[in-house]
Amino acid sequence: MHPFAYEAPTTIEGAVAVLDKHGDRARPIAGGTDVLVQARANRWDLDAIVDVKNIPELTQISHYPDGSVSIGAATPCYQIYEDQKIRDSFPGIIDAVEMIGGIQIQSRAALGGNLCNSSPSADGICPLIAYNAVCHIAGPGGDDDHRDVAVEDFCTGPGSNVLGRGEILVSMVLPAPGDNFGAAYERFIPRNEMDIAVAGAGVSVKLSSDGSTFEAARVALAAVAPVPLVVPAAEAALIGNAVSDDVIEAAAQAAGAAATPIADMRGTIEQRKHLSAVLTRRMINKSVERARG
Amino acid sequence: MVATFEPKSEYKVIGTRPIRHDGLDKVTGRAIYGADIKLPSMIWGAILRSPHAHARIKSIDTSAAEAMDGVHAVVTNADLPQAGDKMVDLGEGVTNLKWAVDNILASDKALYAGHAVAGVAAVDRYTAEEAARAIKVEYEVLRSATNVDDTIDPDMPAILEEFVGSPGAEESGHANHVKEFTHEFGDPDAALAEADHVIEGEFSLEMVHQGYIEPHNATAVWDEDGRLKIWTSTQGAFTVRQQVAAVMQMDESKIRVTPLEIGGGFGGKIPIYLEPVAAALSKKAGNVPVKIIMERRSVFEGSGPAAGGKITLKLGATKDGKIVAADSVLRMEAGGYPGSLVGASGMCIYACYNIPNMRIVGYDVLVNKPKVAAYRAPGSPQVAFAIETLVDDLCEQAGFDKWQFRRDNAAKEGTRRGDGPIFPRIGMEEVLDAAKETDHWNSDIGEASPGRVRGRGFASGYWFNVGLQSSVNLSLNNDGTVELVEGSTDIGGTRASIAMQAAETLGISAEDVNPTVVDTDTVGFTAVTGGSRVTYATGYAAYNASIEMIDKLKVRASRLWSIDEEDVQFEDGVFSSKSDSELSIGFKDLAGKLDDTGGPVTSTGSVDLEAAGGAYGTHICDLEVDPETGKTDVVRYTIVQDAGRAIHPSYVEGQMQGGAAQGIGWALNEEYYMSDDGVMSNSSYLDYRMPTSLDLPNIETVIVEVPNPVHPYGVRGVGEVPIVPPVPAVGNALKNAIGIRLRETPMNAGRIVAALDS
Repeated sequence: MHPFAYEAPTTIEGAVAVLDKHGDRARPIAGGTDVLVQARANRWDLDAIVDVKNIPELTQISHYPDGSVSIGAATPCYQIYEDQKIRDSFPGIIDAVEMIGGIQIQSRAALGGNLCNSSPSADGICPLIAYNAVCHIAGPGGDDDHRDVAVEDFCTGPGSNVLGRGEILVSMVLPAPGDNFGAAYERFIPRNEMDIAVAGAGVSVKLSSDGSTFEAARVALAAVAPVPLVVPAAEAALIGNAVSDDVIEAAAQAAGAAATPIADMRGTIEQRKHLSAVLTRRMINKSVERARG
Repeated sequence: MVATFEPKSEYKVIGTRPIRHDGLDKVTGRAIYGADIKLPSMIWGAILRSPHAHARIKSIDTSAAEAMDGVHAVVTNADLPQAGDKMVDLGEGVTNLKWAVDNILASDKALYAGHAVAGVAAVDRYTAEEAARAIKVEYEVLRSATNVDDTIDPDMPAILEEFVGSPGAEESGHANHVKEFTHEFGDPDAALAEADHVIEGEFSLEMVHQGYIEPHNATAVWDEDGRLKIWTSTQGAFTVRQQVAAVMQMDESKIRVTPLEIGGGFGGKIPIYLEPVAAALSKKAGNVPVKIIMERRSVFEGSGPAAGGKITLKLGATKDGKIVAADSVLRMEAGGYPGSLVGASGMCIYACYNIPNMRIVGYDVLVNKPKVAAYRAPGSPQVAFAIETLVDDLCEQAGFDKWQFRRDNAAKEGTRRGDGPIFPRIGMEEVLDAAKETDHWNSDIGEASPGRVRGRGFASGYWFNVGLQSSVNLSLNNDGTVELVEGSTDIGGTRASIAMQAAETLGISAEDVNPTVVDTDTVGFTAVTGGSRVTYATGYAAYNASIEMIDKLKVRASRLWSIDEEDVQFEDGVFSSKSDSELSIGFKDLAGKLDDTGGPVTSTGSVDLEAAGGAYGTHICDLEVDPETGKTDVVRYTIVQDAGRAIHPSYVEGQMQGGAAQGIGWALNEEYYMSDDGVMSNSSYLDYRMPTSLDLPNIETVIVEVPNPVHPYGVRGVGEVPIVPPVPAVGNALKNAIGIRLRETPMNAGRIVAALDS
């Protein structure tokens, strides 16, 4: 690691300018719980780190009248789980932000940082997908240079994503969940904290008003593919069908079959496929429970 | 002739729980650890390490590093004194000096990924690291092996040429597989053939690391007169001096080692890694101090973990439940250089039981992983896994009660240990008896969480403990307090336990003794803090020094009263005349009269102890398992252990809990996970899964006291034996919970689910 500049812009424009200037020799930093570790391990050859915590838009949580919410990309986990409205309306997000790292890490680590780090094992991404969240991205082209990308389309590979030169993730917008909606996230780790998912499942369901039928569903898996993996087959196994153990099991098996994990120090291929099915089943059940209130 | 002592039942200081002398400095952050050292003109060192598990080093080009701004010196193996074919004894028996030097900086070959190849000193740490990356090393990558099976493949080249054609390798058939010993007694083959019940199993363990939080560190500087001064966190200042003297080929007396506070060692901070590099860099940089701190990855890849390996064991018993024979083969991974500590495994494997016919064959297996070092009862947890698992399985197969079988076959005074010695008074039976009386043993296992199941297991373990040499100096202050100077670095509360033994002997309070750990110039030779020896041996030296001080003070009292020395007695902290009951003076009052009776009073105590008094423990584990995911949680855990005499019970309990925590991690999740090309994949605490505080229950402790007859206060070492039983105790609980027997560590979720699926 060689000396690098520390920049702390207070506007999106300022951050974009620095990032645009340095290209891949600069990294934005929110909590720094990934970037600093990676820098020390010489993963990046950096000229600058760009601290985005002084930019208001990136650290705000905004609740809108329609029930949607915008979470600034650099908002630390603890601010999210201390927000009562998010606790009430988006418990699947709370599942994730309360388990990332440990308590000290959660005081620094940002949900948007988790997304931008784009690890397949990220705990924050699958629940964002389950809530159909959209990324709000600013670019170097001035006020008009904005684009929205669905979270499920954001990651392009392990550690890589759609952000181009000078682009910065501003916020994630989660649409209002509406009635009869439930979502949940769980991962498997061998310990009880301070660990990385061997596999994870983020699920959401929308039930019919009587709670008997799946009207919509999202199933996303962590740590079993190069990117957080959306499983259309598992969603299809639910949608339009009655809530029953058999239907849920079929969706779970579809998730297990869709997983294409690698074997590494955190788990084997068989274990991860198996866990994908088990966790999907458990999270569908938990989502149904939440949807039924 | 070894002196023996009658145990006393009442003490004033021993058995109490005073606040440790070094506690306030540690909890307020004032204690000086290796990373805290700052010296005038100090520069920083960094180490370049081999990315290859096995490679010939064709050339090293340091020119680009040397040309960088801020770089003061670059060293390689060529800058260290050349070893030739000298043999040296570095405390673990005679070894080839070249191996010791090459493990510091590789010469012709890199034997593991992480093997140090060059050192750089520069103005700051990051410049040194950048310069290290600029060194160009040309490697010829060789086939590597990181486990027992692969390394004895006929096509696998010899890791060390020296073993090609050696007698041990000839016998095993491969230069990487060196036979160390066969211990045989009775007729194990015949006894197994005749046994009513025979069981056999193969056990496999992955290498694990001690996992101390503080990384290795060293700061070195040469004096103008050619003396080398070293500051380091170590388990033994004198062993550092001895090893550095061997590697640097200089007199021990030309080296001063100052031990700093140590953030964990567990055996891993006995070997040297950085000291000679810092010394060579200091010399080349013009005798300025050079400080090196390992980063975490290098601690995993380049220090000394505990041996993995393969163990086969066969047990035979009569239909009445008596063990008649045991036969085992131990193949323990040594790393790139010899020294798996398989000898200790051989000493421990049968030590819990009385086995009349036995055989143990031990092999030291070279693999392309870091050279193994001691880790808390080194070699014993591995073999305890084998025997305590197989004893459980034998009991299930034959229908024996698991406790009664162990009790009926328990080792006791007069039992022959596997490698030959006859046990003195030991506490295996008492420990088993106490285990059966614990609240845990007599409580229901409790309700598992929904979807989960619980199981209970127990297992025992042994560690022999060592004695060796220790020195203590005492000096008496005029207020009656005593300065205690010792050479044993304190890794487990031993300042307190040694000071307490001095205080007990002198009849004063623990707080009136001020213990200080000093450098190698300032106290007599003291062997390493290891083998659970410090409270036993250095405590014994403190006792001897205290007795000498009392004898000197008796003379002072006789002068004060103008009576014969023989007429003075000392009891309960008071000197008095045997013949004249009017004449008495307390220890503190007499200390105030030193000026009138002959001046300062100092004393010394030195010991060289052979008999140590082995220790036993039995652990009870309740494990909860999620059969769908393989998730395990230890929900209750109790340790019963013979401490001989617990000097400071809190620190005895702390040792027991700490050892169990490490053993539980070993059982469930810890491992060196090696990539196909021989690189450790999980060299961080994120992925090297030691248990955290959230992964363990409050570990319950029961101290059994069977006084050690060869220690004045009955002390047995307590630090190591608690890591021995956890691996089989957890495994036995797992078997009880889900009916699956795993004979390999770690018994992690992946293996549990795979076993349940098949």
